[in-house]
Amino acid sequence: MKKTYKIDVDCANCANKMEEAANKTEGVKNAVVNFMTLKMIVEFEDGADAKEVMGRVLDNCKIVEDDCEIFF
Amino acid sequence: MNKKQKKMLIRIIIALILFIGLKLVHLPEMANVILSLATYFLIGYDILTKAVKGILKKQVFDENFLMAVATVGAIALGDYSEGTAVMLFYQIGEWFQSYAVGKSRKNISELMDIRPDYANIQNENGELVQVDPDEVEIGTIIIVKPGEKIPIDGIVVEGNSTLNTSALTGESLPRDASVNDEVISGCINLTGLLKIKTTREFGESTVSKILDMVENASSKKSRSENFISRFAHYYTPAVVYSALALAILPPIVSFLMGMDPNWAEWVYRALTFLVISCPCALVICIPLSFFAGIGGASNAGVLVKGSNYLEALASTKYVVFDKTGTMTQGVFEVSGIHHASIAEDKILELAAMAESYSTHPISKSLLQAYGKPVDKERIKNVEEISGYGVIAQIDDKEVLVGNDKLMKKYGIEYKPCHDVGTIVHIAIDQEYVGHILISDKIKPHAKEAIARLKEVGVKETIMLTGDVKTVANKVASDLNIDKVYSELLPQDKVNKVEELLEKKQEKEKLAFVGDGINDAPVLSRADVGIAMGALGSDAAIEAADIVLMDDDPLKIAKAIKIAKKCLRIVYENIYFAIGVKIICLILSAFGIGNMWLAIFADVGVMVIAVLNAIRTLNVKKL
Repeated sequence: MKKTYKIDVDCANCANKMEEAANKTEGVKNAVVNFMTLKMIVEFEDGADAKEVMGRVLDNCKIVEDDCEIFF
Repeated sequence: MNKKQKKMLIRIIIALILFIGLKLVHLPEMANVILSLATYFLIGYDILTKAVKGILKKQVFDENFLMAVATVGAIALGDYSEGTAVMLFYQIGEWFQSYAVGKSRKNISELMDIRPDYANIQNENGELVQVDPDEVEIGTIIIVKPGEKIPIDGIVVEGNSTLNTSALTGESLPRDASVNDEVISGCINLTGLLKIKTTREFGESTVSKILDMVENASSKKSRSENFISRFAHYYTPAVVYSALALAILPPIVSFLMGMDPNWAEWVYRALTFLVISCPCALVICIPLSFFAGIGGASNAGVLVKGSNYLEALASTKYVVFDKTGTMTQGVFEVSGIHHASIAEDKILELAAMAESYSTHPISKSLLQAYGKPVDKERIKNVEEISGYGVIAQIDDKEVLVGNDKLMKKYGIEYKPCHDVGTIVHIAIDQEYVGHILISDKIKPHAKEAIARLKEVGVKETIMLTGDVKTVANKVASDLNIDKVYSELLPQDKVNKVEELLEKKQEKEKLAFVGDGINDAPVLSRADVGIAMGALGSDAAIEAADIVLMDDDPLKIAKAIKIAKKCLRIVYENIYFAIGVKIICLILSAFGIGNMWLAIFADVGVMVIAVLNAIRTLNVKKL
């Protein structure tokens, strides 16, 4: 399952860090952050609950970059 | 400017006035220190709080943390004005970056502003009402007035007009549209009122597909982007550790050798390192260049599905074409019926009937030449053999319609043709009755397109075709195409492309250009699959990496030029940003550079790189 989320972040390097953090999150198979379009495209692992996983993704992103937001 | 940016700009202006004022006016020592610190906190309080939060979350290589250490360190060494200046310029740089990125986001979405806002439909009382295009069901009649965008794909049921397709194709020549013509969403209706019966939902319409493709384009990252992400990953820690080493090792060595350790000097040099350690300029300018390149390309009618494809296109050395529909117009016309042993009309009728179930361009031309409706009741057991032809039972006779290979396969003696073109032989109950000559026209810009490809550095042009050798060779020599492989079945084309892929070097890329009909497997096999004339063809948009919205072959060279310009700017930025940073690091390590130089290395480089990146957007003159 693949879903696209709108995100809000100020700098390109922070976007890269978010991508890295999202990829390390349990339940995420692959995540790509596109800083120019401010989007995060997340491919979930089979059977993962998107909403629950995204909660964890946001928590992990907040650790690396406090000033970020994911709309899900 | 958004709210955040406005607020920041006000802070920057106040801090800048205070900073310059303090430089000009000589205040007593104490007042000066207090006002300097006030300026520092005014401009940097958010960075300081973020730095503290970062420490609590164990994120030490966070740029806020580094900037905080560098400036607090400078202030601790007594350099109030330098500490404040670093913070001030860092914030100016961040603000500029955020403004420039926001601006180019807006510019690019304006370039692609083809989204229709409404559709006109007639309500029960016969009045025109505007509705959301999303709510229009398939088969609804919509009305498009002159000057309006066509919101949804459909077929014209009433009216005549000309359409401006430039938003989709970059082509300024208007197209005519009249009853029974298919029209595509995103075109602008220029002259007359059109009534259109929709054939798709809005979400499935061309305009939605294109927007979706462009908006998700840069999600496929290029090698340069991945390189920079990796580089940034190691760069910051490396610089921070060397800063630490610079602050500690030389003083200790000096001390052990009995010299003055000069701590303050070395700590100052280490702090300048921290200012240069932020990889922001690099990390922002590469995706920005690609984003602008993709945006500029789509404005010229070239849709690119990812920055990786733009990168591959820039190093394209081999271009492989499909003949029909790419180099030729794909509009076939019957130009003669030869060796007929029965009435010519009868031959044409049989051929048209046999081919009436096929969608091949040849079949269409036969049906067109026949010009009458086909009585499908008379046709039975139609079998299409791809690359050969068609076998059908017509009026209880077995009719074979196809090329030389079909005739050979069934052991029928046929007469070859002396003219150049596609030959369709016809046999009834194993008996040869004659053949039809069909020829195709070369596109007007095809020859120029091949010449342009050579100009942009393509080594070899290769044409693949299912057509017979004589036709293929003639087209190739007319157009100056280097190599030609003819009489290929669809699966042979894939094999041929694979063969070519194996022969070339890793760094040289191979692009395949097709019209998206029947060549989806080849499109996906090549390094770069380019589909042309894809307006309205979903299969092509799905299979290709790059989509040329109209069918002008000149666009191939243009796409390569756009890609080359984009990549040139990307490399300029990479070399420039990394180069300046390394030079500044060396100068600072030897004490030649100071914090001011470090600020330039950080903020100045970023501003220049961002401005350079935005240049990619301009592709008009290429």
